[in-house]
Amino acid sequence: MHSRRDWVLGSLGLVAWQEIAAAQQHAHDAVTANGETRLETLDPLTARDVAAIAAQIIPSGDGPGATEAGVIFFIDRALATFESVKREAYRKGMAEINRQRLEMFPQSESFASLSHERQIELLHSIEKTEFFELIRTHTLMGFLGNPSYGGNRNKVGWKHIQFDDRMAFEPPFGYYDALPGGEE
Amino acid sequence: MTGPTFRFSDPVDFLVIGAGAAGGVMAKELSTAGFQVVVLEQGPYLRETDYSHDEIKYTFQPGLTNDIQTQPLTYRKTDAEPAKMLKAIEYGRQVGGGSVHFTGNYWRFHESDFHERSLFGDVPGTSFADWPISYADLEPYYTKAEYDLGISGLAGANPFEAPRSKPYPLPPMPVKSSGVIFDKACKKLGLHPFPAPVAILSQPYRGRGACVHCGFCESFGCEMKSKSSTLVSVIPVAEKTGRCEIRPDSYVRRIETDAGGRATGAIYFDAKRKEVFQRAKVVVLCANGVESARLLLMSASSRFPDGLANSSGLVGRNLMWDNGSLSSALFEHPLNEYKGIQVTRLIHDYYRSDPKRGFYGGGGIDARFDYYPAGFALNGMPSDAPRWGAEYKRMIGEYFTHTMSLLSHATSLPMERNSVTLDPDWKDAWGLPATRITFSNHADDIANMEWLRKKQIEIFEAAGAKKIWTQPVDAFSSSRHLMGTCRMGNDPARSVVNAHSRAHDVSNLFIVDGSNFVTSARQQPTATIQALAYRAADHMIQAAKNGELLHQPSRAFRDTRLHPDSRV
Repeated sequence: MHSRRDWVLGSLGLVAWQEIAAAQQHAHDAVTANGETRLETLDPLTARDVAAIAAQIIPSGDGPGATEAGVIFFIDRALATFESVKREAYRKGMAEINRQRLEMFPQSESFASLSHERQIELLHSIEKTEFFELIRTHTLMGFLGNPSYGGNRNKVGWKHIQFDDRMAFEPPFGYYDALPGGEE
Repeated sequence: MTGPTFRFSDPVDFLVIGAGAAGGVMAKELSTAGFQVVVLEQGPYLRETDYSHDEIKYTFQPGLTNDIQTQPLTYRKTDAEPAKMLKAIEYGRQVGGGSVHFTGNYWRFHESDFHERSLFGDVPGTSFADWPISYADLEPYYTKAEYDLGISGLAGANPFEAPRSKPYPLPPMPVKSSGVIFDKACKKLGLHPFPAPVAILSQPYRGRGACVHCGFCESFGCEMKSKSSTLVSVIPVAEKTGRCEIRPDSYVRRIETDAGGRATGAIYFDAKRKEVFQRAKVVVLCANGVESARLLLMSASSRFPDGLANSSGLVGRNLMWDNGSLSSALFEHPLNEYKGIQVTRLIHDYYRSDPKRGFYGGGGIDARFDYYPAGFALNGMPSDAPRWGAEYKRMIGEYFTHTMSLLSHATSLPMERNSVTLDPDWKDAWGLPATRITFSNHADDIANMEWLRKKQIEIFEAAGAKKIWTQPVDAFSSSRHLMGTCRMGNDPARSVVNAHSRAHDVSNLFIVDGSNFVTSARQQPTATIQALAYRAADHMIQAAKNGELLHQPSRAFRDTRLHPDSRV
């Protein structure tokens, strides 16, 4: 069996290997996770509610979820940078969720302080709204996007879906192309 | 950047507008033939070190494509409704253009594609027509493109392919699990799967390394120079001649003409948004199937009141769309489709149109996986699956590595009502009229996509898929294949350019890109765009050498960036 490096060298030659190494380093530099825990955009109470919604979209339970991935920090940074036009949507959307919460659970104090069952019940009542789709989109971007954006910490999202971010792979890639006669 | 810098006030031999799939070929062909060439590209000049595997940057943001924040686009289905802001079309916006971020599929047209109107007959309500050229006219240029750029594939493996003078320069890419599953299922159904021809290097080629199967082709720039974009293949050859200057961040607003109706050059905004007039003896417009038409419309003058080269009224008309239908399926064992290039197998069994089906149309079907992690979780799951919560989380964990797709590449009939026009209300960040797209499909195109969708399900059923799901065929999606808006033809009243991509109305203006297409074939336009470019370049070089094209003697270039008289 060849090692990966042998295989790469054998099929590409030295120049290409140097290119891979450079590209790999470039990729590594880009995704070095920052452990930022400061919020830039959302106030702490709103952030707590948004984080609780994200934790229902991708719960923890059977393994790291939105909470461990730091999705709230992804969302906060996104709203400060490339998604800044969505801040108003968050303000309105969270106000609407709070209005809905008080209608459904008049004595409650915040989304985050609701019981697990009540959180799910509330989210089912708004799951067809544009704002829920926006939070869902941001949660998945924060769970599965590049860690350099503040989410997907320790690549927990990528590990969950068994995605390995590398500069080079060698065939066979999966079960079916590894079968005898699978590859031509 | 390397290469010379030309004076704005001295006419260069050829001014190429757009450094994409066609413009890159032009740059190389014209400069290596000994002519001076300036190439204006509206986007930046990026290198492989500028690219990364950043899904958020390249698929959730404009990435390597047009940004509607600075270049608004409006869309409407018909001219009876108001146009609304929507990114209806997408194009590559950097040196290399769409050849940088495309998936790499590289299909030649079939012989029948050039005279389908004669074969099939009229389709009412359309401007369906034969091309003024045949496959035989283009064959040498397909071959030239495949060798110049570096295309991997297996000649003779597709029993429906047109005759070819040479095999592919590189063997096909290794088959993926999706290809193996597809191969077996198709053979069971009596179909003829074959290795996908792709603009991706399976072996080292002309100083570039082979693909290392990282999986980030579609929507991404290749960090390894293994995708055969014009950026890494022909443009460096052009620059090495010392006769070609690539000017990035140069956004053309107008092609100028003189009193005699000849093109004299182009006015563009440079990186600092200053206006510059570059003079030229010949203008070659390669800005893509939407932007070329827009620029001609923006170049109206008293002599050309409806837009330059538009005496036919067809500039911007007959826009054809990137039609297709998509199905996905879950399999028992891991496929790990995220590794490796997107497509390794396809069929052309359903390519040819058959009147017995009751509609015009046909398509190729490829086995693929073109999702990245977040995009898959958001858009790649079955429509009946939960969209959030514990079960959703469990499912994305299983499905990401166990799913593959089949994509049909389907016909789009030319209709004059589908168009590129200048939006009367919106302006872009440079103050130019925004592009307005008007498009809706012909009933035959929808029937064809639905028919192909059913064929995909048959294949997945034969493959023993655990679960199959498909997208509705009339779901709107933006088009990346931009075709038809400056169609080619022999009759100046019914076409914009002649059979050599030369404007009927302006003798020293060529328009060479997807806009020339008379019909859509079965999508995958890049090979044909580039073959047309090689053919048009050949014609220009002959015409120039015969003294027919370049009317002023060429002057040696000077190392002067700016001339006071060059400002407009």
